[in-house]
Amino acid sequence: MTVEDPFRPEVGEMMAKQIPLVDYLVLGDDPHLVANQCTSCGARYFDRRNGCAACAGTTFTKADVPTTGEVRAFTIVTFAAPGIPVPYVAAVVDCDGTSVRANLINVEPDPEHVTLGMKVRLATETIGTDQHGTEAVGFGFEPLGG
Amino acid sequence: MASASEELWILGIHMTKFGKHPDLDTVDLASQAVSGALADGGVTMKDIGVIGAGNLMGGAMPIGQMLQKQLGQTGVPVYNVSNACATGATALRVAAMAVKAGECDMGLAFGVEKLAGAGLLAGGSRKSDSDAWTPSGRYGAVAAVDGRIGTEIMPGVFAQIGMEYGHKYGGTSFELFARISEKNHKHSTLNPLAAYTKAMTVEEIMGDVMIAYPNTRPMCSANCDGAAAAVVVSGSKLKTLSLEQQKRAVKISASVLTTDPWQEACQVLPDVNTLTRNAAAQAYEAAGVGPSDLDLVELHDCFATAELVHYDNLGLCEPGGAVDFFTSGATWRDGSTPVNVSGGLESKGHPIAATGIANVWEVATHLRGEAGDRQIEGAKVALTHVIGLGSACGVHILEKSAA
Repeated sequence: MTVEDPFRPEVGEMMAKQIPLVDYLVLGDDPHLVANQCTSCGARYFDRRNGCAACAGTTFTKADVPTTGEVRAFTIVTFAAPGIPVPYVAAVVDCDGTSVRANLINVEPDPEHVTLGMKVRLATETIGTDQHGTEAVGFGFEPLGG
Repeated sequence: MASASEELWILGIHMTKFGKHPDLDTVDLASQAVSGALADGGVTMKDIGVIGAGNLMGGAMPIGQMLQKQLGQTGVPVYNVSNACATGATALRVAAMAVKAGECDMGLAFGVEKLAGAGLLAGGSRKSDSDAWTPSGRYGAVAAVDGRIGTEIMPGVFAQIGMEYGHKYGGTSFELFARISEKNHKHSTLNPLAAYTKAMTVEEIMGDVMIAYPNTRPMCSANCDGAAAAVVVSGSKLKTLSLEQQKRAVKISASVLTTDPWQEACQVLPDVNTLTRNAAAQAYEAAGVGPSDLDLVELHDCFATAELVHYDNLGLCEPGGAVDFFTSGATWRDGSTPVNVSGGLESKGHPIAATGIANVWEVATHLRGEAGDRQIEGAKVALTHVIGLGSACGVHILEKSAA
C-alpha cells in the first residue's frame, strides 16, 4: 500500500467498511441470504415486491435461506457482453426448497468439475473497493467439502 | 358478420426469405410479407377489418400504421403488440380474437424484425463500477449483477432450462443437445427461405464456438431479418369466397396464448414448461385432437436445449421421456412426429416478431400440399408453438381444409 494514493484506504478501515452486492445478502460472521417471504402463503422473493405473485398478499417478512444446497441447473458462459469476465458458471441452487440464482465459484469452470446435483455452500467474494474505501462483497456457491 | 362460435381460417399467408436484407428496412419487409399474404388469399387491404402488428426491436414507431401508409390507410383499428418472442403469435391472436368476436370477418396479422448481425440480445455490458457503491433497483444492487449472480444472456438461461430437465430425468449430454441441432440444420437444407441451409455434422456443431455450455453457436437461434403475415377469415365469410380460396384455406382449430403461472423456481430461472403445458392442453381440448394426431410440429427451438423440453411440454412424448423420444428418431422429418422441418430457429432463423407467424406459414404450406421438396406427405393436422420470455406462450393447431 502506498501512502501517496489518496484513494487507497488503511487496512483497518477497509475491513470495517463493507457493503453487500445486493440487499438480500447479509454479511458478517455468518454470511447468508435473506428472502422476502409472503406472510400469507410463504412464497419467497429476493427482489422488492409490491405484492405476492402467488397469492396477491401484500405483506412480507424476512426469512433466512439455508446456506447449503444442490445444483439443479447450470451453464458455463464463455461468451458474454463486453466487460464481463468469462468463463463463469451460472447456476440454480436448490437450498432446501428455496431456489437461488448464483454463480458457482472456487471450482474449475468445466463440465468435468461442475455437475448436476453437486452439493454446494454459500461463499462470499470481493467485487471491488470504491473511492471511499468501501468494499462491495458478492456471493456465490462453492463445492461442499472441496 | 361472424359469431362467437365462428370457425377461424387462414385465408392467405406469406413469409419473406429469412436472412440478411441490407437493402430493405422494417417497413419494406413488412410490406413484402403483407402484400404476399393478401395476394395469396385473393383479397386486398379493403377487405381487412383489423390489423395485429408485431415488431420488437424497431423502436417506438407504430409498425402497423407505417405498414398502412405503404399498402393502404383504410382507417381500420391497428393493434401494435409486443410480447417478446411470442409477438407474432400475439398479433395473430389479435386478428383471430377480433374475427371470433364478430367485430369483423377478416383480419390481418404480421410480424417483422431486422436482426441480422445482432449479437446477444440480453445481458447488459458491464460499465466501470461506480465511484461510490450505491444500492439501486429492486435488488438493491451496488453493481451490475449479470455474470456475478448467474447469467442474463439467453443462451445461458436456456442452457440451464435444458440442464434442469437433464437433472430431473437424466439422459442428457452435450452430444444429445448437439444432435437436436444437427437435425434442424439438416432439415433446413430443403427450405429455400431459411437463413442458413447448410447441413452440419454433430462434430462440427460441438466443435463450433461455445457460447454457454452446452449451447455452441449453431445450437443458438440465428439472428436474421424477416417478416411473415397472415389473413384470418371467419368460416361464414369463407363460404362466400371462391372454391379455390376455400380449398387452400387452412383451419385454425385452436389459437391459444398463455402466461406463466406462479411456480416456486420461476423467480430465479424462467419456467417455460408450465405455460407451454397449459397452452398445449387448452389447444388440444379446443381442437379435439391429441399429440398423436399431429403430422408435423414447429416448436420454439430458440436453443437446442429448449427443443428437448418442449417435446415433453407439448405432450409429444411421455412425461420425462424426451431424450428417448428424440433418440428414437421420432422428430426427424421421416419420423413419427417431425419437428421443425423448416430448420427451426437454429437454422431457418429467428427474426423475433416474425417467428410466431412464420411457423404457421410453414405448417400451412404443408397442409396445403405446397411445401415442395420438404413436403410432409399427407399432412392433415399440425401444431405451432412459440415462447416469449417474461413469459408468454402461443400455440396454434391447424388443419387441412376438407373442401
